[in-house]
Amino acid sequence: MIIRGTRLTIEKRLVPSSSAYLVIPFISIFMALLVGSIFLYFSGHEPVAVYYKMFKGAFGSRYGITETIVKAIPLTLVGLGVALAFRMQLWNIGGEGQLYMGAFAATWVALTFPEGSVWWVMPAMIALGMLAGGLWALLTAIPKAIWGVNEIITTLMLNYVAILWVDYLVYGPWKDPAGFNFPLTAVFSDAATLPGLFDSRVHAGLFFGIVAAIILYLVVYHTRWGYEIRVTGENPGAARYAGMNTTRNIMLVMLFSGALCGLAGMSEVSGIGHRLQHGLSPGYGYTAIIVAWLSRLNPFAVILVAILFGGLQVGGFIVQTSGIPSSMVYMLQGLLLFFVLGGELLTGYRLNRVPATGEATK
Amino acid sequence: MSVPLLVEMVNITKKFPGVVANDQVNFNVREGEIHVLLGENGSGKSTLMSVLSGLYRPDEGDILVGGIKYNLRSPRDAIKAGIGMVHQHFKLIDSFSVAENVILGGDGTPMILNKKDIENNLAQLSERYGLRINLSAMVWQLSVGEKQRVEIIKMLYRGSQVLVLDEPTAVLTPQEAEELFDNLRQMAAAGRGIVVITHKLNEVMAIADRVTVLRRGKAVATLEKQEVNQRDLAWLMVGQDVVFQSRKKNPPDSAKVLELKQVNCLSDLGLAGLTDIDFSVYKGEIFGIAGVAGNGQRELAEVVAGLRAVNGGQLLINGTDVTGLSPRRIMDRGVALVPEDRLGTGLIPNLDAVDNLILKDYRRDLLRRGPFVNRRVARSNAQQMVDRFEVSLRSLDAPVKLMSGGNLQRLLLAREITSQPHLLIAVYPVRGLDIKATKAVHDLLLEQREQGMAILLISEDLEEIFKLSDRIGVLCGGRLTGILPAEAADIEEIGLLMMGSDRTGETAS
Repeated sequence: MIIRGTRLTIEKRLVPSSSAYLVIPFISIFMALLVGSIFLYFSGHEPVAVYYKMFKGAFGSRYGITETIVKAIPLTLVGLGVALAFRMQLWNIGGEGQLYMGAFAATWVALTFPEGSVWWVMPAMIALGMLAGGLWALLTAIPKAIWGVNEIITTLMLNYVAILWVDYLVYGPWKDPAGFNFPLTAVFSDAATLPGLFDSRVHAGLFFGIVAAIILYLVVYHTRWGYEIRVTGENPGAARYAGMNTTRNIMLVMLFSGALCGLAGMSEVSGIGHRLQHGLSPGYGYTAIIVAWLSRLNPFAVILVAILFGGLQVGGFIVQTSGIPSSMVYMLQGLLLFFVLGGELLTGYRLNRVPATGEATK
Repeated sequence: MSVPLLVEMVNITKKFPGVVANDQVNFNVREGEIHVLLGENGSGKSTLMSVLSGLYRPDEGDILVGGIKYNLRSPRDAIKAGIGMVHQHFKLIDSFSVAENVILGGDGTPMILNKKDIENNLAQLSERYGLRINLSAMVWQLSVGEKQRVEIIKMLYRGSQVLVLDEPTAVLTPQEAEELFDNLRQMAAAGRGIVVITHKLNEVMAIADRVTVLRRGKAVATLEKQEVNQRDLAWLMVGQDVVFQSRKKNPPDSAKVLELKQVNCLSDLGLAGLTDIDFSVYKGEIFGIAGVAGNGQRELAEVVAGLRAVNGGQLLINGTDVTGLSPRRIMDRGVALVPEDRLGTGLIPNLDAVDNLILKDYRRDLLRRGPFVNRRVARSNAQQMVDRFEVSLRSLDAPVKLMSGGNLQRLLLAREITSQPHLLIAVYPVRGLDIKATKAVHDLLLEQREQGMAILLISEDLEEIFKLSDRIGVLCGGRLTGILPAEAADIEEIGLLMMGSDRTGETAS
């Protein structure tokens, strides 16, 4: 039997390959760095040196590590929030706005009761911050649940409303009279400030992230409600058939999703800035979408990926001093998502070699 | 015999991931014959014909048309070589006329269309084979049988010498099927070769000149019609004897489990879905709903399960009015539904067997532990169901999408039957299953009936309806055109009712 050559064909796998499932994220990261290095090279930098400097900046020193954790806290909280919504195929792109509304409500508590005791001011900031973020998300969930209004559009649009609302406050009525006209509020009292950790900028919001991940894991995988969320997300038809109340679940899931994002906003003003200010978030709400996706909606993986992306941002700041624009970080984030999504597709397929002509020898 | 071969397929092998769909299959079509390709679902019939019609390229083997080797890369190549296929799902444009659909994409279609000429040509063509059709009608106005005729004319117009029909009778009433067979005989008499794909034994006896039986991707026999009988064919198809037991009659029970009084509902398009439906299902009875698919079957199942709003009329379960109650309330009153779309509605493909088996029960006290699902109980229940219903699966933790159709249906039935409903609605319960799995599902249904369950069986397979039902209702255009006790019904009459000749009034059982 003569085999005149082989051709490669792409076949769909019956079972997604489990080894690929583990390896692909790493290949994706490598590919993202590789493509990013092309841009670095042509903009006149030494890619390997830049990457090394970024890595060292983010993880190579005590300062770097603590700063990475500082960035990872809001990314974790918003990542968990949007992951919960994604689980039910609700595309909450509004994490950024919900974060801002959480920060706004927490700030209101802090500014209104500057003399309040820590025992009730702090819980009130947490509760109102979460409530504000949750309600902001609920605003999109109601039209979604009742009329099927696309939540991607509404959540995205409400981001701008929330950001501009906070800008109005810090440029206007809430501006600190002693703040030399900068767009920021007065500094919070100690009672309204989250305690710091490790003698650094890391704050107690870290525990919020860890506790939220554990709770979310238990809720999604072990409660009846979590079961309904998973069923609805995987197969809305089956949820209807089983008599689940999808309308109610859409509202509840968006409420809690927004609440976690609101908590991120609260912990940012209370733990980092100690005041509300313009440009509170460098796009945590958007980066967290990538974080949620890369971690495949697994709550614990969200923490790990958030640390990776926190490191990316810190590393990006460090290399700015050697003339690399900050947009480099966003490019790498985009490339990461691109390759992970592409890689995800590949786990479902494999390359197969078939003889071009004649019969295969057995 | 020295009848020339129109087409010859030699040692065709086609592999898909995990299966060899065709394994060294030889198949040929003679001039002027009707060759039936017989086999169970999944035996490789459609794959083989898709290879012939250029949709798939074989991994190995040759295709010879008129003795010359052809490399068919696309359906276009196949049509040029004179091979045309009529698929189960028609590929027609609703808003075009019949004539426009036929000439669409054909090589011989001139730049400037002369409607008169074209229609004259087509009229001659369709008349020659007795294919009745109104050429200027819009496709959306046609019945399913007529649409099929359009597809056939389309292939003839493109000069197909070999015409392949994939399960052509699945969507037809018995009368329409008879007419189709007449058309096919005329085409064969004119020298064309006809291939009919089917899994129905009686069709082989009705039209075949020759039959090739496929089993698990292999051609196990090619026989002249004179050499075969239904029993042998069944044996060849399955590879073992299948004994269909005759069922026992239950004494009629007076307890009405389900009663519909003048029920109306809308279809998805907002048109009349069901009109004045009036019937009852008694305890220990299987009530079969016959009819061509798309005549209100899905609407009926959804209305009874509470998934579709009732728009006039009353729905009673065990004598209580449940009209307008939520699906969950109706479920709680003992109604279970085995939906037509197993993976799309009944199961959650990406979740594991345990999660799928608790879909109806996860709110019950047994599985509650505060806000949590009691995984331990859920798991042991799941294991019991899997054992009792002989579901074969790799692991309780594997996503159910990896299971075969027969096992998925067992899993679904296990869940629905274990919930001990008073009424089980089974919609196309054996669609896509092989003979053995079909028998298992039928035995399960009969067993539940013996134990007093009321079963509403909706099926497009008349054989199934006749085999299982105590009474048969016929749906046509959203109306119940008749109700007959199974022993008094004959297939001719059911066929007429399926086409809409009314015979209202409930016959006493």
